Amino acid sequence: MIQHNFKLILTFIFSINIFLFSNFEKDFQTQLILVETGGIIQIPSGNFKIKGTLSIEGKNNITIEGNDMDKSILSFINQEDGAEGLRIINCNNITLKNFTVQNTKGDGIKSQDTDDIYFYNVKTEWTNGPKPTNGSYGIYPVQCSNILIDGCIAIGASDAGIYVGQSRNIIVKNCEAFHNVAGIEIENSTNADVFDNYAHDNTGGILVFDLPDLEVKDGHNIRVYNNIVKENNLFNFAPPGNIVGTVPAGTGIMVLATSGVEIFENDIIDNKTVGTAVVSYFITEEPILDSLYNPYTSSIYIHDNKFERKPQTPTLKHEIGQLIFLKFWRDVPEIVYDGNPDPQYFDSKGKIINENRFCIENNNNAEFLNLDINNNFTNWYTPFFTSFSQDESSFTCQLPRISPTILK
Amino acid sequence: MYEVIKYIWIIFFSLGISGILDYAKPKLSDYHFFNGPIKNQIPNLNVIPYQISTPLFTDYAHKLRFLVLPEGQKLSYINPEHFDFPIGSILIKTFYYPIDFREPTKNWQIIETRLLINTNEGWFGYPYIWNTEQTDAFLEIAGDRQIVSWIKSNGEPQKANYLVPNVNMCKGCHVSENQFLPIGPKPRLLNCNFKTTEIKPFHQLEKLVQMGLVKNLPEIKSIPITANWEDTHFSLENRARAYLDINCGHCHNSKGPAMTSGLYLNYSENDLHKIGFYKTPVASGRGSGNLKYNIVPGKPNESIIIYRMESSDSGIMMPELGRKLVHKEGVKLIKDWIQSVKID
Repeated sequence: MIQHNFKLILTFIFSINIFLFSNFEKDFQTQLILVETGGIIQIPSGNFKIKGTLSIEGKNNITIEGNDMDKSILSFINQEDGAEGLRIINCNNITLKNFTVQNTKGDGIKSQDTDDIYFYNVKTEWTNGPKPTNGSYGIYPVQCSNILIDGCIAIGASDAGIYVGQSRNIIVKNCEAFHNVAGIEIENSTNADVFDNYAHDNTGGILVFDLPDLEVKDGHNIRVYNNIVKENNLFNFAPPGNIVGTVPAGTGIMVLATSGVEIFENDIIDNKTVGTAVVSYFITEEPILDSLYNPYTSSIYIHDNKFERKPQTPTLKHEIGQLIFLKFWRDVPEIVYDGNPDPQYFDSKGKIINENRFCIENNNNAEFLNLDINNNFTNWYTPFFTSFSQDESSFTCQLPRISPTILK
Repeated sequence: MYEVIKYIWIIFFSLGISGILDYAKPKLSDYHFFNGPIKNQIPNLNVIPYQISTPLFTDYAHKLRFLVLPEGQKLSYINPEHFDFPIGSILIKTFYYPIDFREPTKNWQIIETRLLINTNEGWFGYPYIWNTEQTDAFLEIAGDRQIVSWIKSNGEPQKANYLVPNVNMCKGCHVSENQFLPIGPKPRLLNCNFKTTEIKPFHQLEKLVQMGLVKNLPEIKSIPITANWEDTHFSLENRARAYLDINCGHCHNSKGPAMTSGLYLNYSENDLHKIGFYKTPVASGRGSGNLKYNIVPGKPNESIIIYRMESSDSGIMMPELGRKLVHKEGVKLIKDWIQSVKID
């Protein structure tokens, strides 16, 4: 009890201290360095100008908490040092809640090598609209496990608003992402549930990618369901040279080179170029020098989604957009598959085995397009002569359901 | 008033926690490393000065390095990358700017002294910031920012917003597989002569052997040498790789914090693709500078690595921390190297 009062008094002194002496940054960083296991670090209401990356390292069971997402704001508008806003490295059981990280030079909140990391009602944003000079990622756990991102908002990232990379056991729910290049992206990760989110007005709404040249790859077991993915028609403002720069404006959901993805019961509405795309890495036209990398998609199951799309012109700044515009004009198909299955799953007759197929079933208003890139793109001019296949009969099938992700 | 509250706060936090503050003293002078006024940085007998063949660039700061071993104990050679330091070892690194770089031994402005202390709980890093009177330096775990100015070797004035790292930033570079480790005093980086204006150069590893401060050291000839980036007796490639190793390789290796990028710049990396040749960026955002590959052989201006070395925007530049200025000489070295590389 005495100790409790002592803490209260000191918290009071500390608050006065911030108020009178406005050296919030140094004091906050000092707390991040000295906080004990089980400690809670408060971010008072206010807009605090921070000049360098704040970091917490090697701590267990810590909560960093503001009063409200819109009241407790860490502003990096004058950032001089470091690229990230808040950096969480090599920790266990970290909870972040009720605050905003704003206008960082690089990523908003990055956590690495951290198990059990929870983001509740946290916002990352760049406030001057979508610009290539904005930082890459808003909420950015990488090489972490047991990640919960709940009720968060991500705005304006020049790569992905909510980006989980090279991680395991991930839940992203009740979040809103807009004015990012990618709203929500799960990359090179295993066991992820992405549901009840609202991804709108990004270049691409929800992306599930697997990329080469990384320590952790072969992402799989990813469920994307019950999301609203709407009007992701923003121009692609990613700085060129980034893989996300290859995503056509007007993409709802995109799966690239990942296996074991189930996309169901989403509302995919008015994404002008492609509602849901499933493609191999070859679509990027980048050379693959990583011998351990698998560039194909497999075991993809798209079912029970609701598609809606009023006629509109797909993006003409992207080859895919141009191709489908030439063929379909303003009324383009909702589900686009590059038709490039993984040869390792072919049976003796060269047919893909059942459990590794691409399956679509029971989607509402979903016109299908198979680009069949192996046959149609052998010469640059062949697409103009080929009629793309829209026959979905060979892809109407069921796959076993992917089991839910459980945070351990 | 502010200082008082800060110390109350720090004392409050230090009550009952083991860890970082247990092993540090409040003032640099408390350690008795130096003989005479500490600003002269003349080490006591048990404090051993050393140099490394290629140093990290930190805004043209000059540096002094010292090693203290606990009495009667020795370094133990593990491999070219590692000495095992006994518990209680301290590494000392002082950062200073001569007011005029044309007279480097005079009128120093000492900014900070960083200590790495090896404890029962592993290594900890501590920044000590010098007072303006240059009579002592004080522990500041949250780091600091200072404006430093000096006259460059060509006579022009130069200014930098110098960053003293906080203790977490120390870890940001000094970590490998979540273990805090020293970066500079590796056998391969100490495998060179110690040079000063005052005394004749001597070979550092030989000297350590003579002083009886190292055990298990193999024949020195068998230990690899890491090139001095400025010494043209070494090949251009070796100098460039040495520069990338010390400036980038501590993070960019398969066990370091930048392993997420898949770009490895440590000296022992041999896979050209992992070193960056025709490697696409992963999470570099606007750090890619509209370019496609980390290194395009023969084309430094199309290589992301050069773009990031030439930037001083904290959202683009590499390294992320430790400099505000562009290291023109370092950039030139890496450009020359990329220009010279031919791959089929």
